Amino acid sequence: MVTHPDLVPTLGARRAVIAYLAVFGAVLLLMMALGLLMRLNQGALVTLPPEIFYQSMTVHGTGMVGVASIGGAAVLWYFLGRYVRLTTWVFVLNLLTFTVGAAMILFADFVGGFAAAWTFLFPLPAKAGGQWEQWAAMVHLGGLLLIGTGFLLFHLDTARAILGRYGSLTRALGWPSLFGNDPEPPPPTIVASTMVLIVNTMGLVFGASVLVISLINLVVPQFTIDALIAKNMIYFFGHVFINATIYMAVIVVYELLPEYTGRPWKPNRPFLAAWTLSTVLVMVAYPHHLLMDFGMPHWLLILGQIVSYVSGLPILVVTAFGALMIVYRSGLRWDLAAGLLFIGVFGWAAGVVPAIIDATIIVNSVMHNTLWVPGHFHTYLLLGQVAMVLGFVAWTGKTRASQLFNALAFWIFVAGGIGLTQSFLYAGRLGIPRRFAEYLPEWIGQARIGAFSAALVVIGTVMLVGPLFIRLNRAMAVR
Amino acid sequence: MVQSIAWVITMIAMGAIALSFLWVAVGVGNIVEYHGVVHQAYKLRKLLFVILLVVSGAVSATTLGGLPYTAAQGAGFGQTQVVDAVGARWQWELSTDRFVAGQPVQFRVTSTDVTHGFGIYDESMRLLAQTQAMPGYTNVLTYTFARPGTYHLLCLEYCGVAHHGMMGEFTVVDR
Repeated sequence: MVTHPDLVPTLGARRAVIAYLAVFGAVLLLMMALGLLMRLNQGALVTLPPEIFYQSMTVHGTGMVGVASIGGAAVLWYFLGRYVRLTTWVFVLNLLTFTVGAAMILFADFVGGFAAAWTFLFPLPAKAGGQWEQWAAMVHLGGLLLIGTGFLLFHLDTARAILGRYGSLTRALGWPSLFGNDPEPPPPTIVASTMVLIVNTMGLVFGASVLVISLINLVVPQFTIDALIAKNMIYFFGHVFINATIYMAVIVVYELLPEYTGRPWKPNRPFLAAWTLSTVLVMVAYPHHLLMDFGMPHWLLILGQIVSYVSGLPILVVTAFGALMIVYRSGLRWDLAAGLLFIGVFGWAAGVVPAIIDATIIVNSVMHNTLWVPGHFHTYLLLGQVAMVLGFVAWTGKTRASQLFNALAFWIFVAGGIGLTQSFLYAGRLGIPRRFAEYLPEWIGQARIGAFSAALVVIGTVMLVGPLFIRLNRAMAVR
Repeated sequence: MVQSIAWVITMIAMGAIALSFLWVAVGVGNIVEYHGVVHQAYKLRKLLFVILLVVSGAVSATTLGGLPYTAAQGAGFGQTQVVDAVGARWQWELSTDRFVAGQPVQFRVTSTDVTHGFGIYDESMRLLAQTQAMPGYTNVLTYTFARPGTYHLLCLEYCGVAHHGMMGEFTVVDR
């Protein structure tokens, strides 16, 4: 079994990774700008017509999920390529389908007026209420389908490569070591990549299915699906897909923290058990998004709460604790990349807390669809997943920016991220709804704090991503 | 009340995680042998795992007792007041909009077009209870209002361009 990296990515492969990171940086900044605009509008500091607000909201939600996945895919592909032979053209094709799909979504939403949120809950896409034309809904959903198809091919290629070298998915998950006596388990990158390909393939199949059903419904209105079944499919896909972005991004932590500290990240039994457990739990936990759908089988909702509690443990006990253990009194010399990776693990672990709290049914009764929800997912996505990918961006070329500039960029990003997420959480405590274009007067104050924090996030991200664009040609040359 | 408890617990737990990361980050320069760290850390990890498992199990066992799904939830003495609540863009229609405090109100919530969220707020705009309003389904939400006053209905599921304006009101009077 392969336990150490023995392959070197080709120049073409490294360029493809840089192309991913360039798209990641550009789309991330665009989506952040839309997020800032929405918070400014909620804080009554700018005035957007409601239709523009909801179009921006749809683009922001959809785009952020997509770009997080692009960043995660870049991380996964780069490090997985050290162990197995991947297909560069499939990787590039995924970026192309993403770019075309993203352009379709931008056109459908800002030109065609489509604004059904990332959730496109059935039958909203077909019931525009005069807000958008049928073609706009079709182009938006078609764009999503195209992006999903690209990612499915991407995961199928990683499956082919992993199976080619490890023989089976269970071996790649380390089961011979977990349940037997194999002394050489696969490295963390293989385990994580295998978990991601399993769950994301399942998620994408369900997502594509509900997209096709919604598309047919647009053309043939008599062809319908039960709204609750459609919602289950959408949230299964959405929950799995967004969680997979973090599971992809954390690979950079498993690979680079050992390099920084000189201490190995050993895939021991607790590690392997945690990842096998997460493979199952991430797919079973999705009903916590439907706790206020009283028509759901109640046992499934209760299971949703219990599984959500359990699914947080592997993250906290294995990855977050493991990162602390490796860094603890290691002599690590902090630089921008190391700092971002470390804060990324913190954001992931910290974000689990309000997420679990919200998965408690009696809490969900008074928190569901309030700003508590963006509060928790911005914590583990912005301060978690995005920070990890930005750490990878910083590591790719060891930026030549001064230490002071890097430190400023880092702390502005972190301060803004904490301010933004805490303002969301506090607003959730007050019961302020999410996805509202206009606020009651008493809600405006916290929105302004959120807007100020979001502005800091944008500034920090420009400072973190900017150097990547300046050194695009040279990036990866040193790696 | 629930919101405040949830927020305080969240702040304490997030704060503890933040302090742990800060403590490790600050002390990174004081180098020790990894072998010794691993031995101690694995013991601590086991303890942490058991504590988290016990705490999450206890919280689940405690909180799963009073779920909002059963029609009897919130019921006290007296007759249950039944009301049909229908969401349609962009308004709430209630079959009656006057209820008596201290007696359970059973909202039978549905929608005629797209999915909405039926959120009940008190006069200080504190969220009291909610359920989804979905075409083809009738969700039964039972709530007992302790005090008379004017209560507000907000849509808590995005439903289109005037989603934020989909509001309603009803009155709760003394017995």
